[in-house]
Amino acid sequence: MQSTSHTFKDNVKTALADEHLRKALGNMKAGFQDKRAATIAKLPEFEALRDQGKAIKDDVLANLDYYLERFEDNVTRDGGHVHWARTPQEACEAILGICRDTGARVATKGKSMIAEEIGLNEYLEKHGMTPVETDLGEYIIQLRHEAPSHIIAPAIHLSKEQVSDTFRRSHKHLSADRPLDEPRDLTDEARTVLRQQFVNADVGITGANFLIAETGSTVIVTNEGNGDLTQNLPRVHIVVASIEKIVPTLEDSAAILRLLARSATGQEYSVYTTYSTGPRRPDDLDGPDEFHVVIVDNGRSDLLGTEAAEALRCIRCGACMNHCPVYGAIGGHAYGWVVPGPIGAALTPGILGVEEARDLPNASTFCGKCEEVCPMKIPLPKIMHSWRIEEYDRGLTPPRQRFGLGVWSWVATRPRLYNWLTGLAVRGGHMIGRRRGSWRWMPLAGGWTAYRDLPVPAGDGTFQQLYARRRNRGTAGDGK
Amino acid sequence: MTDNANASSSSHVSPSSAGQDAAEQDATAEKVRPSVALFVTCLVDLFRPSVGFAAIDLLQQAGCRVAVPGAQTCCGQPAWNSGDVATTAAMAKSVIAAFEPYDYVVVPSGSCAGMIRRHYPQALRKDSRWEARAHALGERTYELTAFLVDVMDMKSVDPVDYQGRIAYHDSCSGLRELGVKAQPRQLLESVAGAELVDLPGAETCCGFGGTFCVKYPGISGDMVTEKANAITGTGADTVLAGDLGCLMNIAGKLNRDGSMVQVRHVAEVLAGAVGEAPPIGRAVGDRAGTRAGGR
Repeated sequence: MQSTSHTFKDNVKTALADEHLRKALGNMKAGFQDKRAATIAKLPEFEALRDQGKAIKDDVLANLDYYLERFEDNVTRDGGHVHWARTPQEACEAILGICRDTGARVATKGKSMIAEEIGLNEYLEKHGMTPVETDLGEYIIQLRHEAPSHIIAPAIHLSKEQVSDTFRRSHKHLSADRPLDEPRDLTDEARTVLRQQFVNADVGITGANFLIAETGSTVIVTNEGNGDLTQNLPRVHIVVASIEKIVPTLEDSAAILRLLARSATGQEYSVYTTYSTGPRRPDDLDGPDEFHVVIVDNGRSDLLGTEAAEALRCIRCGACMNHCPVYGAIGGHAYGWVVPGPIGAALTPGILGVEEARDLPNASTFCGKCEEVCPMKIPLPKIMHSWRIEEYDRGLTPPRQRFGLGVWSWVATRPRLYNWLTGLAVRGGHMIGRRRGSWRWMPLAGGWTAYRDLPVPAGDGTFQQLYARRRNRGTAGDGK
Repeated sequence: MTDNANASSSSHVSPSSAGQDAAEQDATAEKVRPSVALFVTCLVDLFRPSVGFAAIDLLQQAGCRVAVPGAQTCCGQPAWNSGDVATTAAMAKSVIAAFEPYDYVVVPSGSCAGMIRRHYPQALRKDSRWEARAHALGERTYELTAFLVDVMDMKSVDPVDYQGRIAYHDSCSGLRELGVKAQPRQLLESVAGAELVDLPGAETCCGFGGTFCVKYPGISGDMVTEKANAITGTGADTVLAGDLGCLMNIAGKLNRDGSMVQVRHVAEVLAGAVGEAPPIGRAVGDRAGTRAGGR
């Protein structure tokens, strides 16, 4: 996927001016947050499960090569094929190669963030294939030629009116005066259109929530059932997944599944949880003739052993973005790449580099809400902070910020000078502003005063000056 | 309470040290009161001295000897949050050196207390000697209300009243780094006339975030708008919090909107010091929300 992370500040301006988006984000926050809180309240062992989930993934990341090889052995044993891809290009080539070997023209797809990451749809289209997204949200944004704005709700930035317009523009074969105002009308229409595509497809491509080392199984969870139709109806099933999706055992996947839907949508379980192991066996009633797993690195193995490695515990539930006040203000597109929100700010600089994603780890107040709700206990602020250190060390911090910080730090490490200078500034500010209480505008503080007033220093001196005065009069502190 | 003063740099003995003989106890009668160094924070120093005096008052109510080390400036958070580890380390070292001699460091800010407690050891991790000193100081560093309730076991403040419907905003660092939530509310219960109202999204960030608010003003502005709307929606006449950064942000927005809501640091109300200064961002005598405004 082409990144626009480097234009983050412009993306933010666009987002903040988008009324549709503001309305959609307002609805999203309330829904996701309340539902999550309600389901978690009913599961006393949720905290213990978080520790268990973290331990499982920490073990995986410490022994990634072992588990991946075990996974490959077990897939191969059952008659499937594993393809290793270091880069998006290699992954796309592997998938196209499988499609060509099958003579496929239409590929249905389940929702997959790694497929977005490697730009699979564009690549397949460029090479004469027709990829069809079958998750409702993904289908909508495919019609609109947009990127997902959320990892579990890719079209969350849209209102139903916008979806209705999109369907009218795209489904020209349907009667123009059909009613399309209710959500039910929209889902029925999508179902009708997609049903034919499921039948047409030669290849089905899904992502994976887990790859299970001990059995060679892949797991997807969906709410729409589209994933099952995608992987069961066509002759060939291709799974595309990134390396960190591995878990050691079936039991491990079951433990993390208890965290996943609760954290994501506030459901206890997703409607469909599907385990796939190898191609169809002679006495199976259905299933694909061929089963391929494309395992993508795309920079992840370079993160092992760094501060950002813990971000690889992510199970893509979206809880961090659902609860992030920054995401809630600007939505997912502003982040400019496939994974938005706090996890995007932690992960994107590691995959695209800090030059491209410079703003992302900075656009956080470090409020810590993301870490609080993360089912895998990823220390997201700490990882974002580690990118800030790298940016500072490499001279990527904006010069004005660097200069201002340098002056402040230089003065603040010289207490006598600091007290003298701040004393002058505060007394001056107080004298000029005390009749007002606040300034509506202040030179060099435009970022502050564009949105709020700046309180005037309330004392006719700094605390330190006033304290010294009171102590001289014997009315403050016990001294030392 | 344990004697956790740094052995190399403090002669104070804490109240519960066992096994002292009688003579020693007499000699240390005065020293039974723990010594507390107030880290006033740069924002309080520059913008709101009344918070510092209120903090001193409350600490004395709790039976502490309070000192204000003169060598304090800023905790270094702007440098830390900008990724400048070397400058942070330099500032951390001067704070550690100045504050080590006391039993406790108390800060009227969860954010700056969290900086000392949680992030100084990280900033100094390349120097094991300083890292150990940072840890030792961090363990003795507390946010003001948490110190009063959790360490000094304060149940109520000296008799004081504040007639008002209060919305309490939980500042992020205090809440999530230090577990400050119940303590300020518990102390407010002892303030006659103070009525706490339920603030929806009380734990949601106000959008201040230190340098964040000027680096990404649009996002910050959107966040503080949401916070201000939540506050006015409660019908409260007062907003309190424990961090001046959040309070200046919230007050700045409420004042810009012409709101009547008064904004104060919780210590001012607890210490009965509201007469010492008008609400944040208001002029003296301007209590009714008719802010003079203008440039």
